[in-house]
Amino acid sequence: MQAQMNKIALGLMLPLAFFTAPAWAYTAYVSNEKGNTISVIDTDKLEVVATIKVGRRPRGIELNKEGTELFVCAGDDDAIQVVDTRTRQITGKLPSGPDPELLTLSPNGDIIYVSNENDNLVTLIDVKRKEQIGDIPVGVEPEGMAISPNGKLLVNTSETTNMAHIIDAQTKSILANILVDSRPRFAAFKKDGSELWVSSEVGGTLTVIDPARLEVKTKISFDVPGMSKEAIQPIGISISGDGKKAFVALGPANRVAVINAETKEVEKYLLVGQRVWHLAFTPDEKYLLTANGVSNDVSVIDVAHLKVIKSIPVGAFPWGVVVAPQ
Amino acid sequence: MLSLRRIKKNIVLLLLTLAPASAHAESVTIKVGVLRQTHSRETLSIIDLPAPDDGLAGAMLGAADNNTTGKFTNQKYEIIDAKLGDAPNVEKEVAALLEQGVHLILADLAPEDLLTASARASAADALILNIFAPDVRLREEDCRANIVHVAPDRAMLADGLAQYLVWKQWRRWFLIKGSHPEDELLAQAYRRAAKKFGAKIIDERLYEDTGGGRRSDSGSVQTQRQMPAFTQNAPNYDVLVSADESEVFSHYLPYQTWDPRPVVGSAGLTPTNWNASHEQWGAQQLQNRFLQSFHRPMNARDNAAWVAMRMISEAAVRAKSDKAKDILNFMRSSDFSIAAFKGLRLTLRLWNQQLRQPILLSDGRLTVSVSPQDGFLHQYSELDTLGLDQAETKCRLK
Repeated sequence: MQAQMNKIALGLMLPLAFFTAPAWAYTAYVSNEKGNTISVIDTDKLEVVATIKVGRRPRGIELNKEGTELFVCAGDDDAIQVVDTRTRQITGKLPSGPDPELLTLSPNGDIIYVSNENDNLVTLIDVKRKEQIGDIPVGVEPEGMAISPNGKLLVNTSETTNMAHIIDAQTKSILANILVDSRPRFAAFKKDGSELWVSSEVGGTLTVIDPARLEVKTKISFDVPGMSKEAIQPIGISISGDGKKAFVALGPANRVAVINAETKEVEKYLLVGQRVWHLAFTPDEKYLLTANGVSNDVSVIDVAHLKVIKSIPVGAFPWGVVVAPQ
Repeated sequence: MLSLRRIKKNIVLLLLTLAPASAHAESVTIKVGVLRQTHSRETLSIIDLPAPDDGLAGAMLGAADNNTTGKFTNQKYEIIDAKLGDAPNVEKEVAALLEQGVHLILADLAPEDLLTASARASAADALILNIFAPDVRLREEDCRANIVHVAPDRAMLADGLAQYLVWKQWRRWFLIKGSHPEDELLAQAYRRAAKKFGAKIIDERLYEDTGGGRRSDSGSVQTQRQMPAFTQNAPNYDVLVSADESEVFSHYLPYQTWDPRPVVGSAGLTPTNWNASHEQWGAQQLQNRFLQSFHRPMNARDNAAWVAMRMISEAAVRAKSDKAKDILNFMRSSDFSIAAFKGLRLTLRLWNQQLRQPILLSDGRLTVSVSPQDGFLHQYSELDTLGLDQAETKCRLK
């Protein structure tokens, strides 16, 4: 029902899209957890232009700095696969350890940090040499990974310990362990490095951390009318480059919360597809794409107008999404 | 060996870490007792035989997980196993635990023993976490202020199954119950669930336990003759519901009924808080950890014990205390919730200290569905559609 109404609403809004300025054509990559594929989306046409077959259970995906290589966590294959974005072929794999889920790249693109859930470790991989170069013991079930824009602070969230571990990226020692609400799954820095945002899936909240003082600044909670508290499960976070707006995927609540990233007030809830996991801006921040795990589609949010303008069917159980400049 | 730069950096690090929970402070040891009965080896299936570390293993894994967290919070967990014999003196066992400085006790006990333990523990302000007893009365007329119920009760289990059957439009139930008191209590829960969700029990039969060995060399031959005849001449029904907590007959029912009908309840599709096959919502990680540590699958009692340990740690870390009183107070606060691989947060029902939780419906191989089912609504929490609600409670905590 909801999906149907969503579609009707989309139908009404679609003509609007033609009157807005044309966007640069970027390429978005969506990992399909059960489809074992990556859907390639042209963000100008807003449609799938190719599908890449990858390993089993692809979830976390990241691009290298140049956008020429895509790193795909193929959980059930216990590896991070490397896809050449030009030829769309798998060119190799990185030794991630068992069941990789999320990864992040150092700002200079040399090191991949991946959470290794089975061993309670963050594993470091040298991208060029394709070798493990160390690990850092953290809490139980490490998951979310983020690195500060200046590359100095590495953040890992542990799902059962319920902490954000703030790590000195150079010395690899833990600077602080900050308690957040249950099952923290994702972490993101503001572009200027002034704030670190952590989503707690089961706790249903978002914790904003001051990375300079290493303490909690504030906590954001959500209230969707007619929806039980338990169904609101924040996961993916995207913060605009100017640090003014944040978008948070609310999982089975089928909504993306729009937050004023300065006042921390929730301004709006946008109805997207079902079970929304992760989000990604196009580089010009004209669009925000959402991967909707249960409805097998990607919702396209017009960022300026805060409207969902299209849903693009992708593979089975879309999970992660990244956008490349080309 | 340390360069000056390195030393400087270390000093900075030290200062940074001193502020919240200092990594260099004296660590606190929190002792948790596991008071557990010996479960019957009279199971219908050989694969359900209880392990020697039944329940205890879940507590140990919980302690290990807590200790990983404890590295950062300076809390260390220690498990003290108190396994009861055939004719246990529960009061004495509790006293012995208290003497060792244990103020948090996971209890896998029969209902009367649980009440005895509660009475003895209350004198020392100790907290008991019930990881087994499914009796509704322990959450109702016999509720106690120093017991937190981690295990679901029979009403929650029956409601979880009933919601699914009603959603399937299998509303006409044929109920077969065993002859032991617990079987009748379970049958009561099913009767109540039928009424609550609009199903109908169109026939009810009693399977008398006449004793004798459960497993015998000609068992399957005998069952094949017995069960079809036993289920013959039932009015037209959708599903057979078996209430056989004592494991006397239920697993003989599937494929043997006179009419071709699915079997649910104590056999077939079974409501439970945990099954070794459950892997949704990240549960696979917990199953893997358990299997690696104990070389056997995690059962419902193990899981309840693990959840209980996680609840203790959550409350102790956030309340910054190792005192049972503070831990219970935090569990009762609005800040408390626990993630237990069931898709949403679990919290306590304040009126009787029962943990709110989804109920898994398992066929032993897979999780078939998870209740509450879609569309069963509640003004506070959909989890409160399972079991007795606040408005109908007889519990007065004291």
